Amino acid sequence: MSAKVPPTVTLAERRVPSLGGFNLTFLSIEVRRLMRNRRTVLVTLVMPVVLFLLFRANRRSGALAGIGFTAAATMIGIAVYGAMLAATSGGAMVSIERAQGWSRQLRLTPLRPAAYIAIKILVAMLLGLTSVAVVYVVGAIDGVQMAPATWLLSGVLAWAASFVFASFGLFMGFLLPSENVMQVIGPVLAVFSLFGGLFVPLTLLPSVMQDIAPYMPTYGVASIARFPLVGGAFDPIWLVSVVLWTAAFGAAATILFRRDTRRA
Amino acid sequence: MAREHGFVAAIELHDVHRAFGPVRAVDGIDLHLELGEIAALLGPNGAGKTTTIDMILGLGQPDQGTVSVLGMSPAAAISRGLVAAVMQTGGLLKDLTVRETLRLTASLYPEPRPVDEVLERAGIAHLAERLVGKCSGGEQQRLRFALALLPDPALMALDEPTAGMDVEGRREFWSAIRRDAERGRTVLFATHYLEEADAYADRIILLRQGRIVADGTAAEVRNLSTGRSVRANLAEADRAALDGLPGVRSVEIRGGRVLIQTMDSDAVARYLLTATAAHDVEIVAHNLEDAFLALTSDEQVPAVEGRTADVSAA
Repeated sequence: MSAKVPPTVTLAERRVPSLGGFNLTFLSIEVRRLMRNRRTVLVTLVMPVVLFLLFRANRRSGALAGIGFTAAATMIGIAVYGAMLAATSGGAMVSIERAQGWSRQLRLTPLRPAAYIAIKILVAMLLGLTSVAVVYVVGAIDGVQMAPATWLLSGVLAWAASFVFASFGLFMGFLLPSENVMQVIGPVLAVFSLFGGLFVPLTLLPSVMQDIAPYMPTYGVASIARFPLVGGAFDPIWLVSVVLWTAAFGAAATILFRRDTRRA
Repeated sequence: MAREHGFVAAIELHDVHRAFGPVRAVDGIDLHLELGEIAALLGPNGAGKTTTIDMILGLGQPDQGTVSVLGMSPAAAISRGLVAAVMQTGGLLKDLTVRETLRLTASLYPEPRPVDEVLERAGIAHLAERLVGKCSGGEQQRLRFALALLPDPALMALDEPTAGMDVEGRREFWSAIRRDAERGRTVLFATHYLEEADAYADRIILLRQGRIVADGTAAEVRNLSTGRSVRANLAEADRAALDGLPGVRSVEIRGGRVLIQTMDSDAVARYLLTATAAHDVEIVAHNLEDAFLALTSDEQVPAVEGRTADVSAA
């Protein structure tokens, strides 16, 4: 049996996409998709503000200010929480994509896993940036006072925290089925927040928790984000914590993505 | 290599095996598909159709054997946009519009066909701004087809593409595929609809329990299973002579009538009409469904196994 027609395509001339398929059209459509998901956007932007206002009584009494936990320190902690919540939810959206078979469909395109993950992290971090901005605006209205440079620097560092948690969200999104993902992530983030000293100073926690705290993924990022405010010595272990957790979550997410041949 | 001659096989499977636990989903398949062929992988559920297509697309790896697509690995062919696929279900984001889905996918290829062109060719230009979640099953399937057209692939694989569509949707879908294939695209589709394989494929590859049990044109596959029945009115039939004709599988003589099951109905008819006084000779071709049942049902295995040769080579 011979071919009825000559090949219509010159096979060797076909190119693979540059940057593994990463491009701005993809990114902009993903952002638009995220905006359409009003519930996620609302929850991730409103939750930190609610928490911030809940801790208001503490701040006003000045009880914690004596041990260096001022309104500004609380606000930065909450901003880190907001960035974390937003980025994790953004990353965890991959569980929906898996459930709908989209990840599998993407495997039939030239898109490289690294480019896909880069897009997902960027979108998650964009949501994280919005969350930090909202918390800071509410904080400023509520009378939090910091030097302009401290506002900016601590904001950027709190936002940078979202990188770690975008990776964490992706990891969870690839690990869990979509109907469970937020139920699991919510409590996990609460534990991270408490142990990492986002809401209350670590010195008020039982000593066992204080011992565990440095191993939490929130510990490094919260300490770094508060550094411009608190000052003092910069502990390199914070940076090590951020790098190691990001690497661990990122590697786990990549491995699960590659293994994700599941049929939808 | 075939490439030296300017032609390369669209698909080349060699002794491919794949098991899921104790289930041998694909149990030794050799398949050679030329560029430009339109072939159907036909078989009942669990015959190994989807597993085979998945390996051709690089979604699954064979435990044993080799898979080559257009002379390269499935992953290499996918990354160059040379292979595209239409899957049975899923693979679409409900919260994107039809156009956004196409734009996003197009952005992943260096030189995609224009989005408006593939919308047109898949017959969904009027749905461009609709959310995917609001499209019917048939409309979503045509979107999947449109997505597969974007890279202008040399090979298109379709896994039960019309499952769950109504008759009209199925007809429209296949006419779009057929139109497209006329431009020389190679098409491999899996189906368990006999009439689909019969109507749209030049070649039918019949799978049963992970093996190819028949491979040829629809007519050849029909013959492979049970051949044809030849009936005639004939007094004093010579059973021994009939039995001795090439291809004859059974001879029944009832009163003045003979009923012969044969693989070579021409030889029987020629004999009856030239060497006997037979009259009212009838030749009845078994339909593809008979072939399908005969070749894929468990009881028939021994009778069939001996005739699994590639008849298309004959």
